[in-house]
Amino acid sequence: METKAVEPVRRRRTGRVVAGVAGGVADHLGIEVFWVRAAFAALTALNGVGVIAYGLLWLFVPQRAASEPEEPSNPRERQQALGLVALGIAAAVLAGLFSGPVSGWIAGPLAVALVGAAVVWREADEAQRRRWRDGAKSGFLGAGRSTIVRVLAGVALVAIGIGVLLVNSYGIDQLRFALLAVVATLGGVAVLTVPLWIKLINDLGEERRVRIRTEERAEIAAHLHDSVLQTLALIQKQAEQPREVKRLARGQERQLREWLYGRIVEDDSEPATMSAAIAKASGEVEDSFALVVQQVVVGDCVLDPNLYALVQAAREAMVNAAKHAGVGEISVYGEVEPERVTVFVRDRGKGFDPKAIPEDRHGLADSIGGRMERHGGEVRIRTKSGEGTEVQLMMPRKTADKRETGARA
Amino acid sequence: MTVRVFLVDDHALFRAGVRAELDSITDEIEVVGEAGSVGEAVAGIGHHRPDVVLLDVHMPDGGGAEVLRQVRTALPEVVFLALSVSDAAEDVIAVIRAGARGYVTKTISSQELVRAVVRVSEGDAVFSPRLAGFVLDAFADRPGAAPISDPELDLLTPRERDVLRLLARGYAYKEIASELFISVKTVETHVSSVLRKTQLSNRYELSRWASDRRLV
Repeated sequence: METKAVEPVRRRRTGRVVAGVAGGVADHLGIEVFWVRAAFAALTALNGVGVIAYGLLWLFVPQRAASEPEEPSNPRERQQALGLVALGIAAAVLAGLFSGPVSGWIAGPLAVALVGAAVVWREADEAQRRRWRDGAKSGFLGAGRSTIVRVLAGVALVAIGIGVLLVNSYGIDQLRFALLAVVATLGGVAVLTVPLWIKLINDLGEERRVRIRTEERAEIAAHLHDSVLQTLALIQKQAEQPREVKRLARGQERQLREWLYGRIVEDDSEPATMSAAIAKASGEVEDSFALVVQQVVVGDCVLDPNLYALVQAAREAMVNAAKHAGVGEISVYGEVEPERVTVFVRDRGKGFDPKAIPEDRHGLADSIGGRMERHGGEVRIRTKSGEGTEVQLMMPRKTADKRETGARA
Repeated sequence: MTVRVFLVDDHALFRAGVRAELDSITDEIEVVGEAGSVGEAVAGIGHHRPDVVLLDVHMPDGGGAEVLRQVRTALPEVVFLALSVSDAAEDVIAVIRAGARGYVTKTISSQELVRAVVRVSEGDAVFSPRLAGFVLDAFADRPGAAPISDPELDLLTPRERDVLRLLARGYAYKEIASELFISVKTVETHVSSVLRKTQLSNRYELSRWASDRRLV
């Protein structure tokens, strides 16, 4: 025996002429596909044994899964194969005519029926491939018009073939009786097996539901693992540092909220609306300074460059409060009105005397005041030593924006 | 006089935490009982007759709103304060409309929680900044908002709006009073009036409101 691992036979998906059986057998045996096809053709000459063998292999050998790689088909090989198929059929017909028990008037209709069956079977293969491709979204039935046409044509061919065969053997009257009997039997069987069909369909639906549920669960589990469990592990490690623990817990809480209530869709994308932008800025300040930013935004609108500047100024105000106020919580309130957007950043910390700020501390003057003025906004600061600080930022809205934001973001 | 408080939350750990905090920092409040489900809560509140119920918004079997529905008519003197981690406006507004006198988030500090409990026990409403924001959103005048059928209930007065804005900005009642040159009592009246409107107004259908709100 060879030492190579024996792989089960799989029908080829590419480079096939009928169903990829010959190719699969060739791959399995490790020989040229030409010889396998030739063998099938030769066997076909022996009273159609080759066709029967081919059909059985088609039925029982599964297609190669979509995940397995395959070499592309080769046009020359394909031509050769078509020639062999024609040769095999011709040989079978000739052999039938001259010698065998299978005479021409049987072989003809039989061949028609076989072609019809082949067409239908190929469609079944096609449907399977489609399922692989689309992730089980469409079944055999959701396949489109061309498929239905092909299947119907195949069925018609089979029916004609068998019909002609039977008419030739028994005559039209007997056939009518036989047909009636067959139809009646089929009808009876169909009625008897109705519960079975219903169960089958239900099982299929149930199986699909279970799979969807499982996938959802897996997604949630993955998310929790990536975020919550990791954070919990970090918190346990750093239990000695309350500041760090607080920061981690707060950051995780925010992330989980965003995920659960879907306020921000992606982590890295720039927020497109006022509320999302304020939420993001608050989050960043919380993360960097380990405090709580209590933020409330009323109304919402799409960000434009001016409003972006407003958010940046608000962020700067938060950073200032976090650095200098000496508090554990900052309140941020944003309100979007048709004519303007206002943001208030407030702390209950030390407060300061605005005139007494040293020259080198440019944060308030440049980052906040300058930024707002450049974009046509206003800043007001209310503060007193010991009574906290409130930075009020106001930005007028462009008139063009009003209409645009009537639609949903 | 101590305020008798009953805790309703499906997380035993959280109940234990709140109980320990309330017991340790103040004598004003006495926790008389707790419950972990809607059924337990209804039975427990009926038995203990507390002054204030601290009510979780999210619980199995209908949550805080369901407890309110089952208890409110039989025991109108019991006051409810919603306590939740939820960020979803429709959940919070639903509990308020079911009859809660206020809403605070679970991250509230112990001192503030005590103050909130005492305040609702005295008949006032308690609006956290977040709730104030939700209510402002709900009553906002914007294209596509539901029509006004009863101006008494469906519109906030400019003064009420000012009070709500300051609440949302994190101001305490006293600070609001001095900011608007009114008395603390008047601030309380405004807040109670806003609460009443939130509970009774037919301005918005809640399910629709959640998707219609926000964009001006």
